[in-house]
Amino acid sequence: MIHDFLPTGGPPFGPHLLSVSSMSPEVLTGILDTAESFLEVGHQSVKKVPVLRGKTLVNLFYESSTRTRSSFEIAAKRLSADVINVTPSQSSVTKGESLIDTVRTIEALGADGVVIRHPSSGAPAFVADRVRCHVINGGDGCHQHPTQALLDLFTIRKRKGRIKGLTVAIVGDILHSRVARSNISTLTRMGAQVRLVAPPTLIPAGISSWPVTVFHRLEEGIAGCDVVMALRLQLERAAGGFIPSLSEYARLYGLNARILEKAASDPLVMHPGPVNRGVEISEEECFVKSSAILSQVEYGVSVRMAVLYLLMGGRSEESSMGVPSSETGGKE
Amino acid sequence: MKKQREGTLFVKNVQFFDPAEGISGFGNVLIKDGRVASMGEVTASGAVQEVNGEGLLLCPGFVDLHAHFREPGFEYKETIATGSLAAAAGGFTTVCVMANTDPVNDSADVTRAILERAQDVSLARVYPIGAVTRGLLGEQMTEMGRLSDAGCIAFSDDGKPVSTSRMLRRALEYSRLFNRPIIDHCEDLNLSDKGVMNEGSVSAELGLAGIPNASEEVCVARDLSVLEVAGGRLHVAHLSTAGAVRMIREAKKRHLPVTAETCPHYFALTDEAVRCHGTHAKMNPPLRNEEDRLAIIEGLKDGTIDVIATDHAPHASHEKEQEFDRAPFGIIGLETAFSLSFDLVREGHLTLSELIYRLSTRPATLFGLPRGRLIPGGEADFVLLDLSHGWEAGTPGYCSKSRNSPFTGRRMWGRVMATIVGGRIVYDKEGVLCG
Repeated sequence: MIHDFLPTGGPPFGPHLLSVSSMSPEVLTGILDTAESFLEVGHQSVKKVPVLRGKTLVNLFYESSTRTRSSFEIAAKRLSADVINVTPSQSSVTKGESLIDTVRTIEALGADGVVIRHPSSGAPAFVADRVRCHVINGGDGCHQHPTQALLDLFTIRKRKGRIKGLTVAIVGDILHSRVARSNISTLTRMGAQVRLVAPPTLIPAGISSWPVTVFHRLEEGIAGCDVVMALRLQLERAAGGFIPSLSEYARLYGLNARILEKAASDPLVMHPGPVNRGVEISEEECFVKSSAILSQVEYGVSVRMAVLYLLMGGRSEESSMGVPSSETGGKE
Repeated sequence: MKKQREGTLFVKNVQFFDPAEGISGFGNVLIKDGRVASMGEVTASGAVQEVNGEGLLLCPGFVDLHAHFREPGFEYKETIATGSLAAAAGGFTTVCVMANTDPVNDSADVTRAILERAQDVSLARVYPIGAVTRGLLGEQMTEMGRLSDAGCIAFSDDGKPVSTSRMLRRALEYSRLFNRPIIDHCEDLNLSDKGVMNEGSVSAELGLAGIPNASEEVCVARDLSVLEVAGGRLHVAHLSTAGAVRMIREAKKRHLPVTAETCPHYFALTDEAVRCHGTHAKMNPPLRNEEDRLAIIEGLKDGTIDVIATDHAPHASHEKEQEFDRAPFGIIGLETAFSLSFDLVREGHLTLSELIYRLSTRPATLFGLPRGRLIPGGEADFVLLDLSHGWEAGTPGYCSKSRNSPFTGRRMWGRVMATIVGGRIVYDKEGVLCG
């Protein structure tokens, strides 16, 4: 399966993973299928395959992140790549080195790929235009978070068995959310109906051109939805004047067992994490059965393995050795 | 390219044209001692330098009311010398330079220093614009009397709006003493917040913080209301939105003493350009949407917008080669302004006469500069254009010290072939005149 999807010419989505907004359903499905085959590796006693042996991946994170960075690190290590974590506070970035100089230095040190998380929208694309190594967008500003969207897609397909025909409500700070932007394009391309639920202050201007329906009231927005995806609310949004207070936000947009009764039966509740308990999701654990939050984390590793493999794996004799497929995955 | 000559020149077989004087003809133009001696069926007597103007159009040199030459203080971006070279290459014989230098042009000493420097190195005529407030801090008015005496022809805190309604009122009132306009960069900074591009569908998709049209319009509305009580002369810089055009149009109908400029990028591009040109399409005000672009053209057509200025804003490569939200606002514009504007003529929006008027005569009149005319006895500041010449912007390079332009590589029509200031050839593309 993996071999079929990985063309000799290179990765099916170009040399970098910057955005999911132009990926075709075929490419998206191919990535999900590849991730499916890597899921097995995580269930083995020796959680490692040698497909990226000798390759070096650098995690360059300009924003704090636990789960995305660890997820990329575990994914790369399971593929036998060497991983270096560079965080700005410990490096020359604090001495005023520019982003492009930092990345060129990392490249000169021999990195094959670099995962960039950056507070500026467009920063990974800016870097990708200027280096030869593979650039993977680990989340840029309010723009894109490609691997999050892919793992969300994977989680929905895994838990619901399909994506086409589902109705998905994305609830929260759409304006500042790279998760929302990425998910809207992948979900609609895969045939889901997407609804956005947020106060008018957290809906971007110019949204009328997006293939979504906008709701301002949570009850109406999630009515009949198969999937309800809550976004993380940055706690400083109240200070920025976007919402009057966290408690008012929680009252109007917080998910709880009662409100989820409005959704379709057995809805899937998702959150990119980390959750602000009592803000986006209530303390009640009544809908724990519906929650996909930990599955998202687990599947995130497989999805990132798939992305790294497709980008950096090549299709040489050497690198394809020991690649698991659905049939042989559990052997080792 | 640069050629030093005496102020005596004989241009043969040229089409000459001056919208202000209604002059249009074919023949020869004789320049003596930096001034136009005669035009038409004239012959040169004695040994003067002859140049062949065949196939070219001779018209008054362009006058830019809005440029940043960055000297003193930011000479790594541009200097008066390199800026004037860019001006000459773009057909601008006169350039008004903004006050946001370091030190700020808020004292007569700085004004004199700029003028002395220009005297030594500039190919174009340079007129300084003084700051409205000391240090551009928006707190205390500058000594406009001393600044006017030293040579400031207008006042502006450009880069920022005049800080408060009260400061604007006082500045408009006080500047009446010297009959100098106040130029305002109209922006509600509070509304713009951390915005870096136009707010709309493109910013929504790119995840970049938006600057709404209302940012400009709120400030234009404020300025017009204040103008009504204060009197004086208000010149609104770089108009970019349909709403602002509408308000200026309405104010002019009521005969308020307001004038306005726009820049070529606001009628040549929309915010879609941010997708492919990145930080080279980042300026303030930002590129707007198609509806605004068309309204700007409409404003130029009906005279609501008086002038095309460049807002030439050079920045070094290392400053523009950054993350979009960290890069500074601004693009260079002197060398591409005419050709971009000539598209308005090619597309039938303006006549050539109207275009030259908005690039030359009208701006000179607004700021009371004795320029922008082609009359016997007048200063010989003019440009020679080849309207059928196609070229590619930024190839092989720019005369400006900086290269921050979204137009680099763009196929353009209409080319400045030579520029003459005071009878001296300051720009001669590939030796067209003397080759």
